[in-house]
Amino acid sequence: MKNYRYLILRRLTQITLLVLYVGANAWGWKMLQGNLSTSSILGAIPLSDPYAVIQIAVTGASLGMDILLGALIVTLFYGVIGGRAFCSWVCPINIITDTAAWLRRALKFSEVQKRFYMSRSLRYWILGLSLILSALMGVAAFELISPISMAHRGLIFGMGMGGGALIVIFLFDLLVHENGWCGYVCPLGATYSLIGKFSLIRVFHDAEKCTDCRSCITVCPEKEVLHMINRSSESVLMGECTNCGRCVDVCQEDALGFSIRSFTKQPKDEE
Amino acid sequence: MTMSTKTPNDRRRFLLSIARGIGLSAMGALVWSAYVGEVKAAPLVLRPPGALDEAEFIKNCIKCGLCVEACPYDTLILARPGDNLPIGTPFFTPRSVPCYMCTDIPCVPVCPSGALNEPSVSSYVKSKAVLDINKSRMGLAVVDESSCIAVWGIQCDACYRACPLLGEAITIETSKNERTGKHAFLKPVVHADVCTGCGMCEHACVTEIAAIHIFPRALAMGKVGDHYIKGWDKTDEKRLEGASIEVTKTKISEKSALDSLNDEGGL
Amino acid sequence: MERTSDSTKGAFMSLDRREFLKSAAAASAATAIGMAVPASVEAAAVQGQAGWRWDKAACRFCGTGCGIMMATKDDRIVAVKGDPLAPVNRGLNCIKGYFNAKIMYGADRLTQPLLRMNDKGQFDKQGKFKPVSWKRAFDEMEIHIKSALKEKGPTGIAMFSSGQQTAMEGHAALKLMKAGFRTNNIDPNARLCMASAVTGFMNVFGADEPSGCYEDIELAETIVAFGSNMAEMHPILWSRVSDRKLSNPDKVQVVVLSTYKHRTMDLADVEIIFKPNTDLAIWNYIAREIVYNHPEAMDKEFLDKNIVFATGPVDIGYGLREDIHHPKYGAKELDTAAKQKSKVLTADEGVSLGYLGYKEGDTLEMKNTNDANKHWKITFEEFKKGLAPYTLDYVAHVSKGDADESMESYKAKLKKMADLYIEKKRKCLTFWTMGFNQHTRGTWVNEQAYMVHFLLGKQAKPGNGAFSLTGQPSACGTAREVGTFSHRLPADMVVMNPAHRKMAEGIWALPDGTINPKAGSHFTQIHRDLEDGKVKFAWVSVCNPYQDTGNADHWIKAARNMDNFIVTSDGYPGISAKVSDLILPSAMMYEKWGAYGNAERRTQHWRQQVTPMGDSMSDTWQFVELSKRFTIKEVWGAQPIPGLDGGLPDVMGKAKAMGYNDNSTLYDVLFGNARAKAFKWPDPVGKGYQNSEVEGDKRNVIGSDGKPFKGYGFFIQKYLWEEYRKFGDGHGHDYADFDTYHRVRGLKWPVVDGKETFWRYNAKYDPYAKKANNGAFAFYGHAFKDIPTGNLKGVTNSAKVNLDNKAKIFFRPYMEPTEVPDKNYDIWLCTGRVLEHWHSGTMTMRVPELYRAVPEALCYMHPADAEKRGVKRGEMVWVESRRGKVKAHVETRGRNRPPKGLVFVPWFDEKVFINKVCLDHTCPISKQIDHKKCAVKIYKA
Repeated sequence: MKNYRYLILRRLTQITLLVLYVGANAWGWKMLQGNLSTSSILGAIPLSDPYAVIQIAVTGASLGMDILLGALIVTLFYGVIGGRAFCSWVCPINIITDTAAWLRRALKFSEVQKRFYMSRSLRYWILGLSLILSALMGVAAFELISPISMAHRGLIFGMGMGGGALIVIFLFDLLVHENGWCGYVCPLGATYSLIGKFSLIRVFHDAEKCTDCRSCITVCPEKEVLHMINRSSESVLMGECTNCGRCVDVCQEDALGFSIRSFTKQPKDEE
Repeated sequence: MTMSTKTPNDRRRFLLSIARGIGLSAMGALVWSAYVGEVKAAPLVLRPPGALDEAEFIKNCIKCGLCVEACPYDTLILARPGDNLPIGTPFFTPRSVPCYMCTDIPCVPVCPSGALNEPSVSSYVKSKAVLDINKSRMGLAVVDESSCIAVWGIQCDACYRACPLLGEAITIETSKNERTGKHAFLKPVVHADVCTGCGMCEHACVTEIAAIHIFPRALAMGKVGDHYIKGWDKTDEKRLEGASIEVTKTKISEKSALDSLNDEGGL
Repeated sequence: MERTSDSTKGAFMSLDRREFLKSAAAASAATAIGMAVPASVEAAAVQGQAGWRWDKAACRFCGTGCGIMMATKDDRIVAVKGDPLAPVNRGLNCIKGYFNAKIMYGADRLTQPLLRMNDKGQFDKQGKFKPVSWKRAFDEMEIHIKSALKEKGPTGIAMFSSGQQTAMEGHAALKLMKAGFRTNNIDPNARLCMASAVTGFMNVFGADEPSGCYEDIELAETIVAFGSNMAEMHPILWSRVSDRKLSNPDKVQVVVLSTYKHRTMDLADVEIIFKPNTDLAIWNYIAREIVYNHPEAMDKEFLDKNIVFATGPVDIGYGLREDIHHPKYGAKELDTAAKQKSKVLTADEGVSLGYLGYKEGDTLEMKNTNDANKHWKITFEEFKKGLAPYTLDYVAHVSKGDADESMESYKAKLKKMADLYIEKKRKCLTFWTMGFNQHTRGTWVNEQAYMVHFLLGKQAKPGNGAFSLTGQPSACGTAREVGTFSHRLPADMVVMNPAHRKMAEGIWALPDGTINPKAGSHFTQIHRDLEDGKVKFAWVSVCNPYQDTGNADHWIKAARNMDNFIVTSDGYPGISAKVSDLILPSAMMYEKWGAYGNAERRTQHWRQQVTPMGDSMSDTWQFVELSKRFTIKEVWGAQPIPGLDGGLPDVMGKAKAMGYNDNSTLYDVLFGNARAKAFKWPDPVGKGYQNSEVEGDKRNVIGSDGKPFKGYGFFIQKYLWEEYRKFGDGHGHDYADFDTYHRVRGLKWPVVDGKETFWRYNAKYDPYAKKANNGAFAFYGHAFKDIPTGNLKGVTNSAKVNLDNKAKIFFRPYMEPTEVPDKNYDIWLCTGRVLEHWHSGTMTMRVPELYRAVPEALCYMHPADAEKRGVKRGEMVWVESRRGKVKAHVETRGRNRPPKGLVFVPWFDEKVFINKVCLDHTCPISKQIDHKKCAVKIYKA
């Protein structure tokens, strides 16, 4: 069970949040109303998607107080504490892309398939593009095509053809590119990468204990963040790390674990 | 993985990848903006009470669905892919479920973004703002007289009786039915200054496709220029507030007086 | 093709020429009547060219009686149109009539007999419904009727019949019950709808049904809708009233009175919101105005020659059970129940009943509950004395219904209304429907309408008259004219009258003494008898008595928990079907030949348009098939009748003398006799049309004998009509022959020498009045025309005086209703209908468009009343009375706007079963339930 501790915790978190959202719409629960774009906790505390708010802001809209405050709360939470944890602990797409990645490994697709070149920086291009388009078109551009909000709304308010987007992402991740959506395309993830760059909760790698089995690299959806494996003892500091804890789960040697970011102990360059 | 040493090939590869990025972005932007433009232009959409003008509304709406959750009648839904509307934004289809015009308008105060504007659906009672659903302007009912059976002389008026503001938003106009010589037409007439666009009438209409239909007000209504004021209606002077006359230009006055006087070509 | 317009024109020709020309309205009416019909329309009426067939019929719904044309194609009704030749509607329809084509095709149409059974296939009252054959269905009915007859005699069985049965069906049902089973326990749902109008007509005119006709609308100058929401309930007539108003907006004045604001008030020049039951006081105010302040307005000559004054007792109870401690009453019901025996008079009643020596706080003992309709002649002076208390001050104080209205404004309206009646030469027309009829003093208030019209000489003249509108399409044509009431026979005759019985026995070829002389149980009484175990078998035909009768919980419990057998014949599964033991699938209106009679005495026939759905068969067929199961020997022996000394005689001896024998069945005597078989089929009138009863049909339905039904072989509907019309022929109820009605767009009876009658009792227009040789008017009805003489307090000379050719003006005082809001049940409940739905919604709730337009019944209430109870518009409330409660959504705006202190809930919605809340109090004379007023409380659900 230990091997799945964080995975189970994440799924529990994701599902609990979903249940609360669905309950709010279906049975009028007050705990967590709305959706990932903007929610309201107990009808009092607003939470807003900072990326959506930025898009709205660049359209020139006069922002409502609630969404400004909501975006601030969310930004502070991930910026100070959680890092890019939204992607692995909250986002419902994560369940789909994780499943696709697991299937891909189980079916050994990566071994037979020639790697299709895609830059991990693509998502930042998309992020930039979305803001430009939002400003030009006068409407939050990514919000109109975001499969994340589509899926989430779909689960809460009824799917319509939104299910199609989920299938596309699943197939893309399964057949075209490993971790393709979350690791390369999603501008929301990119936003949280930027926000979470300096957050406190970090995975720490103890090179002393590492046996270089590379299990962590295998499961990691953002493999480049684990560049220090078996090389140096340091925190995983790249903003792209989603704090999913899979590496911690799979490490048999306790060479990986969550810790508070240490500002004193700087990683040394092995080279 | 490090970038410390760079060969000329690396540099070329880098530049190439930048160029490719820009190219792909431009292509993506084209497709993306075409789509966004398409759904944004969706003209026939009815928004919840208190919604800002459509252009402002879709700028502001964050698509959180709090208004949808607040609606006790399941009137509001969030646009889904395939609805051909700005995805995730709330709207309603009166023929399925109209707005029942709750007096406490639960959908408006919950809006976090201001896309649903509370002051626009509030009245001042003893200098205190009180929600007033009658002030909402979700759309405007328009009667298609060619398919309205009341216009045929059938005693229908289902729309009139369904109207929450009956006698104000919809009134009955009676006229003699010369064909029968002894019956009257009882025709529904919509009054744009009162109609909220709730759609109770469209919902109730008994024809196969509703003969009374809610349109967004911007589409259903014309506008009279401010340069003419009704001489018989004191209240019409309100329109003077924003009135101003710009320089007018027609084909004949395009050129300056001097230029056209000196142009003898037309003679 | 002969056309109604010809005969209409004829009647108008006989109008006094000067009077005719004087009136602009008459001119416009005449244009309409003489209106040319485009040739294209005429052609279409004959035969379709493109594979569909047009044929005329009447609308299925209300008593207006609009004519329609039905298009059938491939044995299915595909469309309707308003009949442009129909004089009532000239091609128009209302929103319900617009959907006539769709009413028979609901997805849950009943298509086979269903019986409650256990797993072994035996009848089990607690079992679930399972399909059975028609044979099995009749087997079960036979068993249960025979056991009920054995145990209780003829009064052990009963039929809930209907103002929606066809005239022929009604005649068949009447014969089966009254001649066959010798029970008078047959009563129509029209009892809940028209009974007070009938007793009003009988007491005043001595004969049923209006003196005037719809043409009055185009001639009238004051039009009063008093207790009638015509805009929703009689929309086509309302459009005629609207047209009349438009034709001369200043001259024509419309007055609308109700206990709440409704759509009819849109057109009103005077709208009066009055307190429930105070219509009694308002009429007396107008009469007082006439008699005391405008004696010159009275038509002295008319009154002297044609009118006598009369009055009756006031201690007549409220039509509740005589046993005020009846074991089936719940504890909460007892205080209201006690009013049947006595009540403490209020301050207002202290004034109105002062003429009898009562004052406020006195107890009125109800001593005349069993003789409520006795009445006696009084002098005009006595009549005038009775009216004395009804001053404007008193009546305004008693009757003002809207707390927010100022007394001055209210008084001004009452005054204006009185003036609009009184003004000399102003033609006045008063309409009412359930507001008067569903009333604990319904007979009285009907009589009062005629009182005012008679005092002014404004009755039975073109453009003048008090006119009772009917609710059901054949409340007049079937329930009243055929007489499917517990005391009636066709043509205004009654079972209590030996001469009437004799005549009926003659026409029906029955032995003397067959017909039971004791009136049977009225509609609500049948429910009560079931609850008391006195009736063991009940048959529900073309009605929904378990949804439409107040205090419904009692009746439903009686049906489900008592040892009895309930059969419901219906097209759709309504509440009544649900609580029955056996359900019979009935052919609906256009699946059979039939005739309806509307509110203006217009009889309209139609042909069978299509084959019935599934295995459903017409109600006539069901009655006739059942009659085959009984020999006369089984039912015509001596029979016990509770309350009838000696019971019914054995008539078998006389029967044998008439040629019947022990083995003759009721079928042989009542339906399949030689007279019937003389009506041959095929008949030219049916050329090109089918007749499922007569020749069977393509379905080959396995009939009551287990064999395919091949038809009776003779034209049974024509026989039933022709035999029925013998009752009225020469008695002021003359109808045309069967074939004529298939050529014309209906005719208003009496039809004499092929001409219909527009204004009865008026020698200028009514051949019977002319024949009476009584001057300009003759009120030739025979009912209640021998009465004693007395004063306001009672009879002083019991010697009966004869009032041939005279009508009566009654003095009737104001009294409060049975149940008045108090601190526990603090608000009035009024029930009624909406335009979109017909009665209990069994048909219209199955038309998707109508369902969507009005999917549920709402509780309409004043915003202040809602706020007081902490409820917002759209929220659910409980509406609770001493008898039951239902949940409904609150509406504080919309079509009905009650004043503070009153709520309105329509009754069409079986999900908002408001009759569980209503009280089963009735007019003690008419026995019609008052569904318009009881006390309830409202609280958030």
